[in-house]
Amino acid sequence: MAISISRWVQMGLLVLAVVLPLAIQNNFYLDVLTIIFFTAYLGQSWNILGGYAGQFSFGGVMFFGTGAYASTILWTTYGIPPIYGVFVAILAGAIVGLIVGYASFRYGLRGSYFALITLAFAEMLRIIANSVEFTGGGVGIFLNFEPSIMNLQFINARGFYYLSLGMVVISIIIAMWLERSRFGAQLIAIRENEDAAEALGINVLRSKILAIMIMGGMGGAAGTFYAQKYLYLDPPIAYSIALSVEMLLVTIVGGMGTVFGPLVGSFVLHIVTEVAKHLIESPGLSLIVYGFILILIIAYLPNGLIGLFKGLSGKRGK
Amino acid sequence: MALLLDVKSISKSFGGLKAVSDASLSVDEGKIVSLIGPNGAGKTTLFAIISGFLGADSGSVFLNNENITGMKPHRICDKGMVRTFQITQPFASLSTLENIMVGAYKNTSLKAKAKQKATEVAELVGMTHLLNTEANSLTVAGRKRLELARALATDPKLLLLDEVMAGLNPSEIDEIVNIIKIIRDSGVTIFLIEHVMKAVVNLSDYSYVLNDGVLIAHGTPKQIANDPLVIEAYLGQGAAKAMTKNTPTKAKASKTSKKGGKS
Amino acid sequence: MMSYTVSMMPAAVMNGLMYGSIYALVALGLTLIYGVLHIINFAHGALLMLALYAAFFLYSILGIDPYLGILIVVPGSFIFGYVLYRFMIGKLAHGKDQNILLITLGLSIVFENMAMLFFSADQRTVNLSYSFETVDLGFVLLSIPKLISFFASLVICFLLWMLMSMTDLGKAIRAVAKERQGARLVGIDVDKIFAATYGIGIACLGAAGCLLLPIFYVDPYTGNLFVIIAFTIVVLGGMGSIVGALIGGFIIGITESVGGLILGESLGQIGISVIFILILMFRPNGLFGGKT
Repeated sequence: MAISISRWVQMGLLVLAVVLPLAIQNNFYLDVLTIIFFTAYLGQSWNILGGYAGQFSFGGVMFFGTGAYASTILWTTYGIPPIYGVFVAILAGAIVGLIVGYASFRYGLRGSYFALITLAFAEMLRIIANSVEFTGGGVGIFLNFEPSIMNLQFINARGFYYLSLGMVVISIIIAMWLERSRFGAQLIAIRENEDAAEALGINVLRSKILAIMIMGGMGGAAGTFYAQKYLYLDPPIAYSIALSVEMLLVTIVGGMGTVFGPLVGSFVLHIVTEVAKHLIESPGLSLIVYGFILILIIAYLPNGLIGLFKGLSGKRGK
Repeated sequence: MALLLDVKSISKSFGGLKAVSDASLSVDEGKIVSLIGPNGAGKTTLFAIISGFLGADSGSVFLNNENITGMKPHRICDKGMVRTFQITQPFASLSTLENIMVGAYKNTSLKAKAKQKATEVAELVGMTHLLNTEANSLTVAGRKRLELARALATDPKLLLLDEVMAGLNPSEIDEIVNIIKIIRDSGVTIFLIEHVMKAVVNLSDYSYVLNDGVLIAHGTPKQIANDPLVIEAYLGQGAAKAMTKNTPTKAKASKTSKKGGKS
Repeated sequence: MMSYTVSMMPAAVMNGLMYGSIYALVALGLTLIYGVLHIINFAHGALLMLALYAAFFLYSILGIDPYLGILIVVPGSFIFGYVLYRFMIGKLAHGKDQNILLITLGLSIVFENMAMLFFSADQRTVNLSYSFETVDLGFVLLSIPKLISFFASLVICFLLWMLMSMTDLGKAIRAVAKERQGARLVGIDVDKIFAATYGIGIACLGAAGCLLLPIFYVDPYTGNLFVIIAFTIVVLGGMGSIVGALIGGFIIGITESVGGLILGESLGQIGISVIFILILMFRPNGLFGGKT
């Protein structure tokens, strides 16, 4: 598991991340980092099911959107502050994970079929959100800007920065726990060979469902964060395929099934994006680059960038 | 002697083909029992049914007097029976140690304990020097041993081995036979499918012979070797008669059936 | 309200049949690719979008009617698909199922955003001289372009069937689909067949694009709309079954149309996702499929 970065370096980087806003007053950079952490967090949620358990979801956004709607509706309609609402969002995400997980895994869907069905579920949720009253339908929901901890809203970029930093640290801790726990070993076994895992006493169905519920819960919280920061929610945003793709992209680029893969991937992809934006002023260019990077990584670096480090440092590669 | 595994009247058809017909057998605790028969006899199908990977059309399976028919494999593993696969199924990109640990995790949730158990089991099967090797890089013999070690790490009461010797050369076979004996001596009951007659004769306390889905004979290896039905199953119709004509001694009869037993 | 629904039903069914024929063409390409290569082509929607743009630019720049443009777009699509598979997809995936999934996903991202970059997000349509002409069948009015598209796709499906059953190429493709190793042994260049099959699948998209443009529109994200529809048809009809794709296309076309009529435009779309999910759960081999 250990990369060439030792525990001291990790701690050092964490301290750096914590004190950074005191040194950098520039909101723009703080905001970029916030987005990097946010995407890494979502990537980690994908990593649990995709990287460790080997089940590739193409519909990860469904947890995000459902969580976002949950906490947002609770706040705008019922006045329940997002600091409580986020727990409902987590629950909502986990329940969606339970339903989708059961429907898919109980009926033996794997590989491409599983990826497709998650796509369909996400699409279904988007259509429903577009058609019902209490989500605001196609018009969407506008959120008020009333900064406070209770509302998980902050006057300056710093607040959101720390919140997203906290989220990504939690996600990393979850991955670390996974790597040293029995549950994690079971997920990895399932990824490598389901039948063998089953024969050795692992309840494959239950483990997969648990994994997707974790992914769902994490995604739900991300939805609340997003809604409170960007103050607007509608079906195309809540259930956008682009976010599903970005989740898996950062993880694959960084390294599936590794603790820091999503974070590394998120940094690399966002830096590439910023550089591309400076070179050529055009929408969609960064996404073209994303697509190419995905193809190149799959073709030449299937273990992602972290896999590259492992190889270089002479450690056993996959 | 306690009856550990009791298989009653298992039948299974695939479409119009009857793979297993009314097969009944039992395995006593502490014994090594083998299931032999020509290719395509239905042995692996029967194994798959017993270990929960396939449903039977009729019949039942009892483990320690508990009805485990239709239970999912992971639950059956909880009950103390675990199987290996004819075509090895390693966790390819994990190391030998990590592979075996997956089995060890069945009885502990602590990584350190699982690691310790896995190391012990690895030593038992002689894989200590291979602990950090990636499962992908193991030889066929290594993978077979890994398969065995992994199953062993779950601390089973009954171990189902599916052609664990296939693809091994004679010295590797001798090694595995020894390992299996050690495993049996440590208190694990073993039920194995095998083609390699030398191993069957050396290991088994008792054997069942399956042909075309039907159990045609059972007994000690010596009894089986002389059973005309068994000889015919392997060598064809009339072989038994032909052989008793030409080979009057017992010793020669068992040699011929050993030949016929090799795939 | 009820009488409106009833009175509009024949039109909805007709509409569904006509769109369904085009959906069938799209699904045909997908099921062919799956049946032979055993891969799920996530780039299918994006490639349809490119075909639509090709048809559009042939018309807007060269003035070629899309229905005639088929003669250019289809061979062009075949070549594009062949090259794409031969030199990219086939080479880069190293044979793993997961990889093809992600590579075709990557391709769809690249295509979509290149379209965004070069063509902008504007919706493009073509207005032919006969775009708004209709035929009166008494109980329903049929739009001429839809009618043309309907018959044209049936013809193309028939031609494809002839290709598969009567030509050497078709026979080789079917051989490879059934038994890869065996086909190699009798001297068939399996890699070329794979590429050719992929090319034919994309050629179907080329045709579908030309037939679809006059009755629809194109923007960089049009492909996404058709991805789920195409996959649903393929899964419904059975992966690898040509007949299934055709019948599935009609079923889905009518479901979408009638569903839209009954449930309203946006909710009607949900029927397709629901069908898709249910089939995957309970009858993954579809109506006609044999293989998994």
